[in-house]
Amino acid sequence: MIAPDEGASQLKFRDPETGRKLVESLKRVTAEVGRTPVSVMHVCGSHEQAIARFGLRANFPKGLDVIMGPGCPVCITDIPEVDEGVALAKQGVHIATYGDMVKVPGTVRSLADAQAEGAKVHVVYSATQAVELARRLAPEEVVFFATGFETTAVATAAVVLAGTPPNFSVLSAHKYIPPVMEIVAEMPETRVEGFLAAGHAATITGWGIFEAFVERHGIPVVVAGFEPLDILAGLVRLVELVRDGKSEVVNAFPRCVTREGNLAAQEKLWKVFRPVGGRWRGIAHVPNGNLRLTDAWSGVDARRRFKIDVASLWDYAPSTLAGSCICGDIMAGIASPSDCRLFGRECVPDTPVGACMVSSEGTCKIWHVYGGRPDFEALA
Amino acid sequence: MCLGVPGRVVRVEDGVAVVDFWGVQREVRLDVVDEPVAPGDYILNHVGFAIRRIPAEEIGETLSLYETLLAAAAQEDLMAADVRSEIEAAGKTQGGRS
Repeated sequence: MIAPDEGASQLKFRDPETGRKLVESLKRVTAEVGRTPVSVMHVCGSHEQAIARFGLRANFPKGLDVIMGPGCPVCITDIPEVDEGVALAKQGVHIATYGDMVKVPGTVRSLADAQAEGAKVHVVYSATQAVELARRLAPEEVVFFATGFETTAVATAAVVLAGTPPNFSVLSAHKYIPPVMEIVAEMPETRVEGFLAAGHAATITGWGIFEAFVERHGIPVVVAGFEPLDILAGLVRLVELVRDGKSEVVNAFPRCVTREGNLAAQEKLWKVFRPVGGRWRGIAHVPNGNLRLTDAWSGVDARRRFKIDVASLWDYAPSTLAGSCICGDIMAGIASPSDCRLFGRECVPDTPVGACMVSSEGTCKIWHVYGGRPDFEALA
Repeated sequence: MCLGVPGRVVRVEDGVAVVDFWGVQREVRLDVVDEPVAPGDYILNHVGFAIRRIPAEEIGETLSLYETLLAAAAQEDLMAADVRSEIEAAGKTQGGRS
């Protein structure tokens, strides 16, 4: 067992002195940019959780805007993809999926709604559990509705390669992060001057994958971990690069991320999946942004095994509230949850209107639970 | 979902490691890990798979976030809930072998 004081003895990320110094540095370098606001984006729900949970946003300098981009895999799963899962569930197959997906609204129904009407929906924590479920329920068909970015897609690839029972298939809504950074960088409304990349996705892909991006867009990228001090240190480095007009990749998470990444994992990922273009909810069509099964694995591809009748779901009008949801603008970094008139009123975690209020990695859910941008000056 | 929770390898059998996460032992698959792992090593677990072997000298700072979350966090804390579901994603040990 891990001795509790083994890591705690270092207390590096909780050291208030180091934290204060980093906050001071962040203020100084932000001021040195010489204009406001300086806008940077992270693309990771776990970064937003740490920023909100540890109250970092209150310590960011006023001139620095740290935006959460499309970093929540559940949130960017497109409505037609949810519809595919719901349609399959209504067709009588078992659906196994990660917990957050169950409550995400489709065009008119979520998987939870389908379940209430008798569909067989199972929450799993891992791809391995989905395969075990298929073995247990054989010969009944079990479809693993798989969401998540490349880090999670690696796990799906590994179970497929390890061999699955004949009644198991995958409905892939997996997404690939690097292409969407290109889309955000090219959006006309975008103010993003630098990206904070997620440490654990880069553990798989390596930081080298961002080199071509940096060259194409002239925007710096810093790879950062999840400890509050990791995030502060990553931001200091990123704003320094913005200040100096340098577009380069900096790895601020060397204890987990290498230039080439985890090659064994990448090999498995690209054996099973290929990148194809597709819509991300609220964002845009993202070239190469979706991961679909390769032809070699068509036998486990639910889209090829079943005729998925999504049109049958559209007999009812979608909720009118959904039309007012601004999840897409929030994920593109051009609006905050507090700009949404539904936020905290009609749209709350128990009765979410948009996916951003469903997932523990969604900006709206995180802001709702922890408070988004605390303004302590109002208390003074 | 993307946290990658660290744990210490207790034993390794047929491509599966029994890993200790703060006193809870779970089975973590080694299909995609970048380097061979042995008892005593630390790994990052992501949805039941080890995605990286962490050098022993670097484990201290990687552990501290999770220690804070697991020690002090309330049930409704989003990050702590994600850490718990990450650990849940690893298989329960059943006499050392699933």
